[in-house]
Amino acid sequence: MTEHRGGSLRRMGAMIERYVYLLKGSWPRIIELAYWPTMQIILWGFLSEYLVHHSSYLAQASGVLLAAALLWDVMFRGQLGVSVVFFEELYSRNLGHLFASPLRAHELAGALFIISLLRTLIGSGMAALFAYWFYHFPIWQMGFVLIALFMNLIVMGWAIGLVVAGLVLRYGLGAENLAWAAIFAIAPLSGIYYPISVLPHALQVVAHALPAAYVFEAMRGLLFHHVVLYRSLWKAAAINAVYLALGIAVFLRTFRDARVHGRLLNLGE
Amino acid sequence: MSESAAISVTDLSKRYGTVTAVASLSFDLESGRVLGLLGGNGAGKTTTLAMLMGLLLPTTGSIRVLGEDLLRHRYRVLPRINFSSPYVDLPHRLTVHQNLRVYAGLYGVRKAASRIRELARDLDLEGLLDRPYGRLSAGQKTRASFAKALINRPQLLLLDEPTASLDPDTADRLRTYLRDYQQASGAGVVLASHNMLEVERLCDEVIMLRHGRIFDRGAPADLVGKYGRESLEEVFLDMARGRSQL
Repeated sequence: MTEHRGGSLRRMGAMIERYVYLLKGSWPRIIELAYWPTMQIILWGFLSEYLVHHSSYLAQASGVLLAAALLWDVMFRGQLGVSVVFFEELYSRNLGHLFASPLRAHELAGALFIISLLRTLIGSGMAALFAYWFYHFPIWQMGFVLIALFMNLIVMGWAIGLVVAGLVLRYGLGAENLAWAAIFAIAPLSGIYYPISVLPHALQVVAHALPAAYVFEAMRGLLFHHVVLYRSLWKAAAINAVYLALGIAVFLRTFRDARVHGRLLNLGE
Repeated sequence: MSESAAISVTDLSKRYGTVTAVASLSFDLESGRVLGLLGGNGAGKTTTLAMLMGLLLPTTGSIRVLGEDLLRHRYRVLPRINFSSPYVDLPHRLTVHQNLRVYAGLYGVRKAASRIRELARDLDLEGLLDRPYGRLSAGQKTRASFAKALINRPQLLLLDEPTASLDPDTADRLRTYLRDYQQASGAGVVLASHNMLEVERLCDEVIMLRHGRIFDRGAPADLVGKYGRESLEEVFLDMARGRSQL
């Protein structure tokens, strides 16, 4: 009797099902997904409405702050969607069961990417609708460029999320605050609300190594000058490919180290 | 190694820096037989089980499980084995049914719904399927975890203290079910337990571990006779307290 059906996709599907159950079973989690992005939009929306009449910079493109806030949240949610969802396995002391099953570490990473995408679409989607209803800013008018911006930012979030998950696998849940701290460390260098030319030269060099800096440059190019900065988008994609590969390598390496040091059975709250 | 060996372990050791958790362990387990790992806390039982699943990499030694080199071909082996331990939980917020569905998916179980119904009936979980795992009593959690361990009809079952938190009646029924499953399926079972009656009742052979090393091994009745004691518990106490004449 053949009882087993193999396949990476099936195992990833099972993990996605696990995270969807978690989401569906907890209304505070669903509300939380949309709450923070929406609060951000309310704040930046009022600020934009005020500044658009007092700033010649913003008068050229009234939605630029809202677009920046929405897109920044994509990276933030993308990162949390990987790292915090991974922490759920540690909170529930479930890693031992998971990795005693045929699930591979890279399949777990793949499932985390997909659930992160879903969570980000819910959270940022609600915030985008809010920005349209209350501030008449339809971010989807950016067209296909929005997809390129979105994908670049969420992939950068995934890369950071995997590194954070790896560090927690290495150092335990004491390191979980990295999930919140890591992304804010690069925020000032990403040129979210201002061009990176305002940064000191040394920091500009660092900023040029961040895909987010090119993404927000492309966003401003589109909103202020109505041009698509393909070069910036491709640079962001190329750097992201490197970062994602590094993120996966760090995660797989820490997973192997966890098998050496016996952490898969012991890690938990 | 015999053709029918479920496990063949040779010179297995695990060291953490200067601490030796398991040293030079060698043993075989034939399919269809039950091996007990006996030892006090820190004797190396859970470490050994973790290495048999590939959750923990040994420092030295080789492990063959169901004919495969576990260290090289872990993913050929894992769909055919499973485990249960009171020290590893299932996701608390998922119901028992959701947990079993997820693990059925991970193990690629065909006709998962009927397998879950079957296990729920056999393990008296029918009334608990829609309850979150985190809201179960300790004994109910043990039964749910046991259902997860059997979801893929494993050919090798690794159990760490499977009846630790069960009342005597439920523990007895679970042991009976385990024995029936093992005899019907021909699965090999490794059982780490502190419950000597359980070990005497279920195990064909026992390995007694002390400080990560094999202290003695044999059939439970043979060990009791060898040490001139009345029960395996007395033999265990002799070993744990260093009173053995060996």
